[in-house]
Amino acid sequence: MSNITLLIDVVLLTMLVLTTVAIVRIQSLFAVIMLTGVFSLLAANIFVVLDAVDVAFTEAAVGAGISTVLMLATIAITGHEKKKRRKNSWIAPLIVVAITGAVLIYGTLDMPAFTDPSAPVHQHVAPRYINDSPTEVGIPNMVTSVLASYRGYDTMGEVIVVFAALIGVLSLLGIREKKSEPQYITPAPRPILQVMSKFMIPFIILFAMYVQFHGDFGPGGGFQAGVIFAVAIILYTLTFSQQDAMRLIPPWVLKRLAAIGVLIYGGTGVVSMLKGGNFLNYNVLADDPIHGQHYGILIIEFGVGLTVACVMMLIFFAFISRGDKNP
Amino acid sequence: MGLIIDILSWILLMIGCFLGISGAIGIFRFKEFYSRVHAASVTDTLFVFFIMAGLILQSGFTLVSVKLIFAVGLLWLTSPLASHALVRSAYETGLKPKLSITRKESAKRGQS
Repeated sequence: MSNITLLIDVVLLTMLVLTTVAIVRIQSLFAVIMLTGVFSLLAANIFVVLDAVDVAFTEAAVGAGISTVLMLATIAITGHEKKKRRKNSWIAPLIVVAITGAVLIYGTLDMPAFTDPSAPVHQHVAPRYINDSPTEVGIPNMVTSVLASYRGYDTMGEVIVVFAALIGVLSLLGIREKKSEPQYITPAPRPILQVMSKFMIPFIILFAMYVQFHGDFGPGGGFQAGVIFAVAIILYTLTFSQQDAMRLIPPWVLKRLAAIGVLIYGGTGVVSMLKGGNFLNYNVLADDPIHGQHYGILIIEFGVGLTVACVMMLIFFAFISRGDKNP
Repeated sequence: MGLIIDILSWILLMIGCFLGISGAIGIFRFKEFYSRVHAASVTDTLFVFFIMAGLILQSGFTLVSVKLIFAVGLLWLTSPLASHALVRSAYETGLKPKLSITRKESAKRGQS
């Protein structure tokens, strides 16, 4: 490995470790949440150095973007300080951690070297995906072809997990619709923030659409696009008011759309079965297997993006509608 | 020609790094919240331009330079906005700046 790559790796990983130590030691939860955002951004940089650009994109959008926002909304409900704990003895946990760490490091001594081409993980399905993806699926971005076509079942599981998280949040918290006028007082206008947000939001939404449909050719896809779209609406909510955002996109529409996204994904699988193939076998969706694969990937990515966007927006609405414990 | 571009991009990158480091030092050394935010936001917005200019010189007349120009434009729009949002929320929740003399006193003395 050349010297400069090694230097970049060492610097990034050291900053990651320092951030982790700070996250563990700092008492103010607000600072801890900001530091987890920094952690996600550093991890995204490390993924870029490792040439995994799709993963870096998703990590930056989800970890450094929406996860920070949702956790900040959470501490607006719960409170800013860590609960004080009794001081326990630190010897027993230290021994447990040291033994576990030593066993783990001993286990990694047996692993093949980093980027060794003859490692077992590169021998089974990976060569087939890399060799056959241009002829079987035919889209330039191999990550999307593996994610959406070869591993379509796993991605369906991911979308269903996101939807299940939505169901959990809605059944535990629910969205409290605030009172409308005349009891509701319109918040004071904030001209700079509102004007700049109005300027930026259309471009953010446009970028989300671009990421959604460009996932076949470059880094992108449904998950990142859904998160970026949700972030645009969250920006609108933060600079205007929750009333305006919920009037713009009512929660009942979002709930239906989230379910429709999962339905689109599963429905594609059922349509493939009705056309004679297996579940989620896109070859039968059109006259020509390659076109079938393209249609299948496009449709399921759209379903993924729809569900993720609606889930993020609904979870944000659910958190902030609970009111402020620490105004 | 290549040498001139290299030297110029070195100078721009060095200026950018100096601004970044001085902004980071300012966050630690200033005693008051508003001064710290001022140090962070001004240097943050400016050093992006210098580093991107150095990188644009390095990558020449390609699509990458156009993307870098867009990135600089986006950061120039959003970075001051974020600092404004931060300072505004601090002011609205009660944190007032520590001035050496109050406003009334300053008006009495005839300053603006």
